[in-house]
Amino acid sequence: MSGVRVLVGTRKGAFILTSDGKREKWDVSGPHFAGWEIYHLKGSPADPNRLYASQSSGWFGQVIQRSSDAGKTWETVGNKFVYDGVPGTHQWYDGTPHPWEFKRVWHLEPSLTDPDAVYAGVEDAAIFRSTDGGQNWQELSGLRGHGTGPRWQPGAGGLCLHTIILDPTDPERMFIAISAAGAFRTEDGGKTWKPINRGLRSQYIPDPTAEIGHCVHRIAMHPSRPGVLYMQKHWDVMRSDNAGDSWQEVSGNLPTDFGFVIDVHAHEPETIYVVPIKSDSEHFPIDGKLRVFRSRTGGNDWDELTKGLPQTNCYVNVLRDAMAVDSLDSCGVYFGTTGGQVYASPDAGDNWAPIVRDLPAVLSVEVQTLR
Amino acid sequence: MTQTNSQTMSRTTSRTTIRVILPVHLRTLAQAGAEVSIEVNGQVTQRAVLDALEARYPTLRGTIRDHLTQERRPFLRFFACQDDLSHDSPDAPLPQPVAVGEEPFLIIGAIAGG
Repeated sequence: MSGVRVLVGTRKGAFILTSDGKREKWDVSGPHFAGWEIYHLKGSPADPNRLYASQSSGWFGQVIQRSSDAGKTWETVGNKFVYDGVPGTHQWYDGTPHPWEFKRVWHLEPSLTDPDAVYAGVEDAAIFRSTDGGQNWQELSGLRGHGTGPRWQPGAGGLCLHTIILDPTDPERMFIAISAAGAFRTEDGGKTWKPINRGLRSQYIPDPTAEIGHCVHRIAMHPSRPGVLYMQKHWDVMRSDNAGDSWQEVSGNLPTDFGFVIDVHAHEPETIYVVPIKSDSEHFPIDGKLRVFRSRTGGNDWDELTKGLPQTNCYVNVLRDAMAVDSLDSCGVYFGTTGGQVYASPDAGDNWAPIVRDLPAVLSVEVQTLR
Repeated sequence: MTQTNSQTMSRTTSRTTIRVILPVHLRTLAQAGAEVSIEVNGQVTQRAVLDALEARYPTLRGTIRDHLTQERRPFLRFFACQDDLSHDSPDAPLPQPVAVGEEPFLIIGAIAGG
């Protein structure tokens, strides 16, 4: 019997929401790791029972948890994230050199084929890999070392590597994104990297079209078309048809093109979703109306989706890792808010309902489709 | 031999059971109670106690001290015998009542809201 498992990371713990294929009735388990910030948890595509969770705290630092039974029990694994060699410096907010310091894991991306292999995107920005189920971590230091690293600057949330996308057709190719350095690509399994930010335009940096310095909030890809990337930038929704070599804006008729999340329909590679947020100084929906916007044309033409979403007095945010889709026949779309709601649409966005309303602020949402 | 000499000897050469009180989140992580007992060989210092604690409870590695520098994490404090030892040298002997197991070594999360 088919079903879904929604993995929710919050400011005060993790929650696991499960339902059958109808996605009408939900079981809620949690909080797991109560009281800790769970920036992200995600399941292995190669083994749905294998989950990884990033657990952190300002007091006690970083912990990585691993489950081999779909979140029923957890095992603490390795938390030693040490930069390769002499870490050097990046730029601080004021442009002065600042030493690279590990703070937390923002994103965990399990391998598409090996349950024991997983990547971690961390703050200060770097990518690490484990091949033993999270026990030991090694930095893929070609990213920080490719040349532009000393010029990277943090975004408001820190210098975080928050997006890792694995190309299902080419195990050597990955895409990552860093706030506020931009997007990068490797084609040799992480040994070497290059910035892929041509076409991005950011008014908040001295040279708006610079090679790096763009505050990319999220990138999404449909697995059937790994050369097509969609991006929600600080401002602007962007699209690339050449694996990031160049980008063009597809914000079109969006009421605002600021936002954090972007995702792609599971079966329609040209159907994409964003949640517009008013501005970089007002992190909530315009006019208190929580609206998802869907484009069926890969951008530019957007329709607002409101059925079941609050249309008055709603002033939540939807953070960058807090949207996901399932791959059931009728694609489910999910997102979580800083107000603690997790909304689900079992019909590709036409209708929405909250699964839960009162969780701690939601940091991340991932979905596993169970068959 | 005087009592002082005897105590000094016990602190430098013997194996001692030390009491450590953990903050709530570390109890959960270690799957331990509020107070744990650990065996320390040789001189009883902060470093020796934390080394023994991490050896007994490996899940605590990196949560009290930085993995690389071995420095106390900034929002944690070390108390014992009603004194704040947070800024003492990690290699300084701990107070005698801690070294002989009469008083616990407390690991405290700095108080903060949120």
